[in-house]
Amino acid sequence: MNPPRPDPDALLRAAAREGKGRLKVFLGAAPGVGKTYEMLSDGAARRDAGIDVVIGVVETHGRRETEDKVHGLEVVPRKRIAYQGHILDEMDIDAILARKPALALVDELAHTNAPGSRHDKRYQDVEELLEAGIDVYSTLNIQHLESLNDLIASFTKVRVRETLPDRVIEDADLEIVDIPPDELIERLREGKVYVPEVATRALGHFFSKSNLSALRELALRRAAQAVDAQMLDYMRANAVGGTWAVNDRLVVAISEQPGALELVRAAKRLADALRAPWTAVHIETPRSTGFTDAENAQLAETIHLAAQLGAQVATVPATSVVEGLKHFAADARATQLIVGKSVRSRWFEMRHGSIVDRLVRETPGLAVHVLPLELAPPQRSLPPGRPVSAWGAPSGYAVSLGLVLLVTLLGMAIFARGNITNIGLLFLIPVMVAATRYGLRTGIVTGLVSSLAYNFFFIPPTHTFTIEDPQNIITVLVLLGVAIVGSQLASQVREQALLAQASSAQNSSLAGFARQLTGISTTDELAQVLCAEVARLLDGNTIILIPEKDSLSIRASCPSGYKLELLDEAAARWTLDNNKPAGRGSDTLTASEWLFYPVGTASKVMAVFGLSRSDARAPIRSDQLPLLLSLLDQAGLALERIALEEEMSNLAHVRERDRLRHALLSSVSHDLRTPLTTILGSLKEIRATSPEQEQQLLATRSEAERLHRFVANLLDMVRIEAGSLHQSIEPVDLSEAVASALHDLGAALLDHPTHMKIPADLPFVLVDPQLFHHCLINLIENAAKYGQPGTPVTIAAHRDTHGLALSVEDEGLGIPEGQEKRIFETFTRIEGSDRKGGTGLGLAIVKGFAEAMGLEVCAANRSGGRGASFIIRFRPGQLREWPQE
Amino acid sequence: MSNPLTILVVDDEPAIRRLLHAGLTRADYRVVEAGSAKETLSAIQIDKPEVVLLDLGLPDRDGLELIPIIKSVGPAVIVVSARDATDQKVAALDLGADDYVSKPFDSEEVLARIRTALRHRLASETANPIVRCGEIEIDLAGRIVRKAGMEMHLTPKEYGFLAELAKSHGRVVTHAQLLRSVWGPGHESDVEYLRVAARGIRRKLEDDPAQPTLIRNEPGVGYRLITLTSS
Repeated sequence: MNPPRPDPDALLRAAAREGKGRLKVFLGAAPGVGKTYEMLSDGAARRDAGIDVVIGVVETHGRRETEDKVHGLEVVPRKRIAYQGHILDEMDIDAILARKPALALVDELAHTNAPGSRHDKRYQDVEELLEAGIDVYSTLNIQHLESLNDLIASFTKVRVRETLPDRVIEDADLEIVDIPPDELIERLREGKVYVPEVATRALGHFFSKSNLSALRELALRRAAQAVDAQMLDYMRANAVGGTWAVNDRLVVAISEQPGALELVRAAKRLADALRAPWTAVHIETPRSTGFTDAENAQLAETIHLAAQLGAQVATVPATSVVEGLKHFAADARATQLIVGKSVRSRWFEMRHGSIVDRLVRETPGLAVHVLPLELAPPQRSLPPGRPVSAWGAPSGYAVSLGLVLLVTLLGMAIFARGNITNIGLLFLIPVMVAATRYGLRTGIVTGLVSSLAYNFFFIPPTHTFTIEDPQNIITVLVLLGVAIVGSQLASQVREQALLAQASSAQNSSLAGFARQLTGISTTDELAQVLCAEVARLLDGNTIILIPEKDSLSIRASCPSGYKLELLDEAAARWTLDNNKPAGRGSDTLTASEWLFYPVGTASKVMAVFGLSRSDARAPIRSDQLPLLLSLLDQAGLALERIALEEEMSNLAHVRERDRLRHALLSSVSHDLRTPLTTILGSLKEIRATSPEQEQQLLATRSEAERLHRFVANLLDMVRIEAGSLHQSIEPVDLSEAVASALHDLGAALLDHPTHMKIPADLPFVLVDPQLFHHCLINLIENAAKYGQPGTPVTIAAHRDTHGLALSVEDEGLGIPEGQEKRIFETFTRIEGSDRKGGTGLGLAIVKGFAEAMGLEVCAANRSGGRGASFIIRFRPGQLREWPQE
Repeated sequence: MSNPLTILVVDDEPAIRRLLHAGLTRADYRVVEAGSAKETLSAIQIDKPEVVLLDLGLPDRDGLELIPIIKSVGPAVIVVSARDATDQKVAALDLGADDYVSKPFDSEEVLARIRTALRHRLASETANPIVRCGEIEIDLAGRIVRKAGMEMHLTPKEYGFLAELAKSHGRVVTHAQLLRSVWGPGHESDVEYLRVAARGIRRKLEDDPAQPTLIRNEPGVGYRLITLTSS
């Protein structure tokens, strides 16, 4: 027998939880059971155990015991939000994120935030805290739970507006805060629950004993379920217990009817009970194109609810609901199907057959649950949006009636040769043509006209509209019947074709887009194509933002040249940071005019795509969403491909550049340095025979030395820029290092006395001694060069709160204002200083070397007196105290 | 001198060899040249030089590998190396090279290094227990340091540090060599001990500790005792 294997899904769930904070929810049956009190007690206990606990938000409702509990716990001040003349207090999520405690106490998980807050709902704030690795304790009353909302409303007659998606507490630890109903009612009477005047009113409605008992049972059951589920998860992740049944898969069919919301909640309850994944599917039939705006909105709400409750959502085009459901259920390998039984007229069912009957008949092996949809469908207006008006085009009538005329003339020609009763059959031709080509009404009109014409011209008594022979009545009825049936059949065929066209249009736009993407090799091009394509397909405004370093910048928009408001940018930023949609029509930052979607892979957002409309409508209709998401998926893949390609080519560039640098480095070092060494050496050997020669020799030698310094500096610069500085950090005694530098400078300092002001108690600095030596030499040489002859160069060091500062000061002309930064740039020399014989590299090398060692250099004019001051700063981490001996 | 001392100049650049050749000949040394590792190895056998001036960048072999071989035959080794190649200098010294000069070099400096190296070769045979630098006198046999005749008190580590430099006076001693012989194996990277000792010695022996004349710090490489003869 094989050893039990861990269930991958359970392992994934466990993995997703790692690194995140844990949520613990204190669940109660009703207000007043003591959830907040319990949460605060637990929080205080954790604090006493050494955990960093803060109160994010706690509502004490003026309850004394609870208020006492708050004392001693740190409270993060709330944020004040102005709304319509009121000041509302809300939890300050940014303050908590910045404070970063180990555990935050956040009361009332189902709370709805004031408009203008970052998230609509408090649980979204909590989710962000959890993402940031902060544990959260929160409280919840059972009636706020989305899936129980209807059920509880049905017996308490109180519907709460603030609901919480079940998924939020799915992974949470639940702690039931429970007191018997009698005790709760007692507490209520004593005024311990609500502020007294509200209490009596509430008591009568909500806090009846039977209500409280029912609520209590629901809360306990829910907690038990959660424990079960978590235990099961644990067992599966660790492969405890060996076998478990093949998972059920549940599909719920949703429609545009309001009752579908209840259907979704019921499906969620069933899915929970079965521990089954579930999918909400909407079958898009030809009828769907005729939905009113209200119906579309209703459908979108249902889809949204299903997604919130944790369902996968799909929209599938099909010619009929039954066909679509049948295929979808088979593809999804569903075991359970939930449908609503709509209240339709008997007439409708006779014509179309009951969907439920057909489903049960045609899907053997599938358990079909039928739930009644209590609410009547909304008033349907005339089906709008049909491509042709319901009455048909005038040209259709003209052609059909022309045909009737032709047939009549032909009939009369035949009639003249003898009474042939089957002439009536001729009229089937115009009726069939009209019904199949121009629709039902044109068909019926043509049928009527045909039967009248037949009656008038051919049925005795001719030239009257009376019918004597009952046999001829049948002919008239047949003509009408053919008109109706023919047009029905034809219109079905036509609508199927239209739907197929729509679906193939969608597929072809996807395919076209994919084709366009393959040819694209730059991000800019991709951004433009995506913007243009989506704007064209969805008829809206589009924009693409791409993160660059720390900012989001607009890469393309359609129409081009869009700017974003601050609020829109915040929404885009949020999408980037959280990999979730934000903005109008989403759950977050809904005040933005734009709706932003992340573009990229599941783990990394590579761009943010925004969509808006000039009119006030939602940026995207629910039926367009799958197309948009597919387009964005493709764009995300393409972006990743482009990024990889760019990275590869950058790498190649860098390699090539490094190779050239290296070649330059070694060629300069060898090809220039060796001859220079020879020249310098030889010049020193040569003895002058006359004073003029002596002068020339001196000049040549000094020029050769300058050239040598220049080459050495150039080499240093190349090493800095190539990043090939090799460092070995050791503790260096500043006074010793300065003394070495002064010694090596020797003759260069002949004109300048040097003052060294380095206190003996300064710590070591941790630097590369060789690089630091060159820094000092260049700085001191620079000071000597720009100071007037005879003026001193002062090297001083002192400790301050930021670490340690070493300064080299001269008494020259100082640095022109505004040039303090520029003088460290390569080949920069202060204006008017051309005669100083510098190479313009000395300070750039100082900066390069210093920065390579993590030091900071800056320049300023001396505060008291003439001259410049160059400062090297050491951070506290770059200092080491002298060992005690 | 009747029997001139022989110097082997190893460099793959003929121009550098010519330059050194001229300078050294003028100082009455006999000069032989080698342009590759192979020529070097045969030259040290045939010409038996007293000092080898060794450029490490050779076409056929890494100059560092030659140091132990040359030292095993006998001559002193002075490495000629680029200014910024600190690691290379330290590696060469730790492999047994006696000293180094940086390119571009000064002929005077090269001659001074050669003199120091030669003196040590002679001194190693007739050990001189007293080293003098100006008014400082280091008595290696008596373990006494005097300044202008006055006995100065140094801590044991300070004395050990100074004595180690004095034994190689004029030549650079690397950090690792100093730490190993004074503080013992296992302390080769505790450079701050050296800084402390150097500061203590300067405070006690130098006239102006801020402008030391006795012990010179070679950044990243080691310390050198300055004797009058070598500068």
